[in-house]
Amino acid sequence: MTLASTPAAVEKFAAAYESHASDSASSPEWLKSLRQQAWSTFSELGLPTKRRGNELWKYTNLQPLAAADFEFGITGTASLDQIKATAPWDDAWNTVVVVDGNFHAELSNLHGTAGLTAGSLVEAIANGTGNVEQQLGSLAGQEDYAFTALSTAFIDDGAYVAIADGTELEHPVQVVFVTSENNASRASYPRLLVDAGANSSVVLIETHVNLAESAQFSAPVVEIFADDGASIRHYRVQMENESSFHLGTTRIAQQGDTDFTSTSFAVGASIARNDIHTLLDAPGASCTLHGLYMTHGAQQQDQEISTTHAKPGCSSDQFYKGILSGKSHAVFSGKVIVKRDAQKSEAGQKDLNLLLSRGAEIDAKPSLEIYADDVVAAHGATAGHVDRDTLFYLQSRGVDEEAAKAILIRGFAEEMLNEFEPEALNEFVEKVTDERIPVLLAESDTIGTA
Amino acid sequence: MTNQNTISRESDLSGGEYKWGFVTDVETDLAPKGLSEDIVRLISAKKEEPEWLLEWRLKAYRHWVELEAADAEPKWAMIDYPGIDFQDIYYYAAPKGTSEAPKSLDDVDPEMLETFEKLGIPLQERAALAGVAVDAVFDSVSVATTMEKQLGELGIIFCSFSEAVKNHPDLVKKYLGSVVPYTDNFFATLNAAVFSDGSFAYIPPGVKCPIELMTYFRINTEGSGQFERTLIVADKGAYVSYLEGCTAPFRKTSQLHAATVELVALDDAEIKYSTIQNWFPGTKDGEGGVYNFVTKRGRADTNAKISWTQVETGSAITWKYPSVILKGDNSVGEFFSVALANNHQQADTGTKMIHIGKNTKSTIVSKGISAGKGNNTYRGQVQIMPGAENAVNHTQCDSLLVGDQCGAHTVPYIEVRNPTARLEHEASTSKVSDDQLFYLMARGLSEEEAHHMIITGWSRDVIKELPFEFALEAGQLLKVSLEGAVG
Repeated sequence: MTLASTPAAVEKFAAAYESHASDSASSPEWLKSLRQQAWSTFSELGLPTKRRGNELWKYTNLQPLAAADFEFGITGTASLDQIKATAPWDDAWNTVVVVDGNFHAELSNLHGTAGLTAGSLVEAIANGTGNVEQQLGSLAGQEDYAFTALSTAFIDDGAYVAIADGTELEHPVQVVFVTSENNASRASYPRLLVDAGANSSVVLIETHVNLAESAQFSAPVVEIFADDGASIRHYRVQMENESSFHLGTTRIAQQGDTDFTSTSFAVGASIARNDIHTLLDAPGASCTLHGLYMTHGAQQQDQEISTTHAKPGCSSDQFYKGILSGKSHAVFSGKVIVKRDAQKSEAGQKDLNLLLSRGAEIDAKPSLEIYADDVVAAHGATAGHVDRDTLFYLQSRGVDEEAAKAILIRGFAEEMLNEFEPEALNEFVEKVTDERIPVLLAESDTIGTA
Repeated sequence: MTNQNTISRESDLSGGEYKWGFVTDVETDLAPKGLSEDIVRLISAKKEEPEWLLEWRLKAYRHWVELEAADAEPKWAMIDYPGIDFQDIYYYAAPKGTSEAPKSLDDVDPEMLETFEKLGIPLQERAALAGVAVDAVFDSVSVATTMEKQLGELGIIFCSFSEAVKNHPDLVKKYLGSVVPYTDNFFATLNAAVFSDGSFAYIPPGVKCPIELMTYFRINTEGSGQFERTLIVADKGAYVSYLEGCTAPFRKTSQLHAATVELVALDDAEIKYSTIQNWFPGTKDGEGGVYNFVTKRGRADTNAKISWTQVETGSAITWKYPSVILKGDNSVGEFFSVALANNHQQADTGTKMIHIGKNTKSTIVSKGISAGKGNNTYRGQVQIMPGAENAVNHTQCDSLLVGDQCGAHTVPYIEVRNPTARLEHEASTSKVSDDQLFYLMARGLSEEEAHHMIITGWSRDVIKELPFEFALEAGQLLKVSLEGAVG
């Protein structure tokens, strides 16, 4: 591979990689070689700062990330009270707490539930638990993608969740990734590996919270394996502070007759990306990827959602909703690929946006790539302000304009909020939304009848 | 396939092979292969161009050299082709003898006239009878223009680009590159440096052009690139409907076609631009065929309207996005397209609607048909700029798959920076409905006839936008192009 210019920001991470590699001399050989390969991929790619002709990064400018400086190898602490105050919490849940990339047993709340292994990734690696050697880095780490390569090059600790064959868990499992309170700007690579056995069933909540006030860089990577007949209900809550960079990646491999349903709730970070790819790798697999994003100020939220139908008879549904205010910018880039043999596929794709201010921008790119003929695929996208007629109706009944707008915004979000079923989680996202709406409204513009 | 015989065929259509594959043996005045500053100067000198135009070409050429060095040939389209060797192309080919311009049709090379005959161009009196003015572009040099006089009485200028440079330099200088600047993109830059000829039309203020202007393009010299440049200006309140139809002779080697079309619709003007593109698509095994890399864009001022309609059945590769810059308030942009990719054809085509003015409105209707091993991509951008209050866009793009070896792709880009805009995008992908096929076949139609009927009906929203003569030809083209894809 010849490169016209030096890959961006590689040297920034190089010293940290070298010192991390020498600190992890005791790691198993397979892991060392995984890190090495990933580092060589990253050092060829660099950060994706070039946007012209780069379809994956056409709308999100990573120059601020490339220009920022981070300290490495600094970890902080967090208290349980701080975590409970910032993340959804229910004592009945099994909750794994990871602070600055490291598992913390004393902060976690684990009940020893039968059929569930939940805890430290580094321990799982050391003990060779389950399929960790075959699975880790096999979905996210082999690809030519800067952030999975970077994360894989720095693989260390994180969370490991395995559900035994046939186990149907009654209560959700939550993994909370915490960035600790620390004024240094740091880079962290939170990692989660989920191994859902055949015919198992789990509700999985992935939460990202940030206790720091300074700009942090987090590149979380989640790999999920769903064996035959497994059913996974996944929630993703992203609550980074508004000066941070959050470049998240989730990769899911689904076997036959599996169901993966995910709803994401994204309100945090200065620049955030939620990059999800599901591979429907056996007949009868279905996946649902939904989400709500809200942006204000100068925030950027980028939803990079893709599904590959590799085998016949699978179905997928992508549906995202966005509420934008201030001078914020959101991106929805949905992709459905139906491969040659994947006949009888069904795919839906939708992105609806509410633009509340003149400075906000939404870029939607719902794309379909279809190589099989017996397919039903449809997609749609809309963008606009709150409906003037409805607003007028509410105002004519004595509701003032701000309150009427708040009702309409809340109504727009409701459909997604309702998908958050566990009670404590539902309360959490509703509370955050209710607190966020006045912020969005304060930065909105009144759209008169022209 | 059981009932193939029930399909009536024209006798020379054996197996749906390319109907227009003949080569005219005309002596050609060729510049040496390859691209250099000297070639650009040579083209300009051959055409006796003024200094300012040579300078413009040279600026484009120098920019292109930089783009080439920076490897800026666009790679984002879903098309796959061996790299083009830009030094292995003839950049200038003129039919011999045209350096002394023909004084009447009698002076035109009879063999060339015969070529037009085969193409069915109504060049002589038939042109007038058919109400069509033809600016026939044969390779690079315009050989004859009809009805110039009738149009002249209305003040309408319709001539070859070279003539326009000679006779109307002020108009050309004012509008050339005003919509597609020479820096626009790799292929448009190449075109700006080496464009050979093309058509020019100017409709004066308030004039409604009484006939449909028409031009035919042919690529004739083996290995010669064709780099037309078309410029159409509709002055305030003017109206023009422009038809572009293309067939190219049978060729074994791939041929590059990088054209540029600029439309300028001043206040209250309307331009309707219709295209049938049926260039050689390559053999059934994917050998040869035209590489069609085209930049087409129009600018609509206040209350103006620009409408693109295209039926794209030819070319091995189509890379084409006719666009409208909705600059003026209340301006309207439309794009209606049927694109068909059969055998090994690849089409990556769509539009761009850039809303700048208030109350601007755009409509996109795209129908993509994929058959054989063809790949068809709709790629369309709708951009609402911050000042585009109350802009409205409606996009509908549907894809149809015929057979299980083809691909149908949809890549819309929706970019909204004004909250008062209303945008709707809908798309669907499916195969021809088994129920509909069953219904028609139960009534005695063969599978192929039934497919054809369904596909024609499915494409109707676009076909009906074409001028009448074109609509007939388009239906026929879809039928011929799809033969062999079913059964």
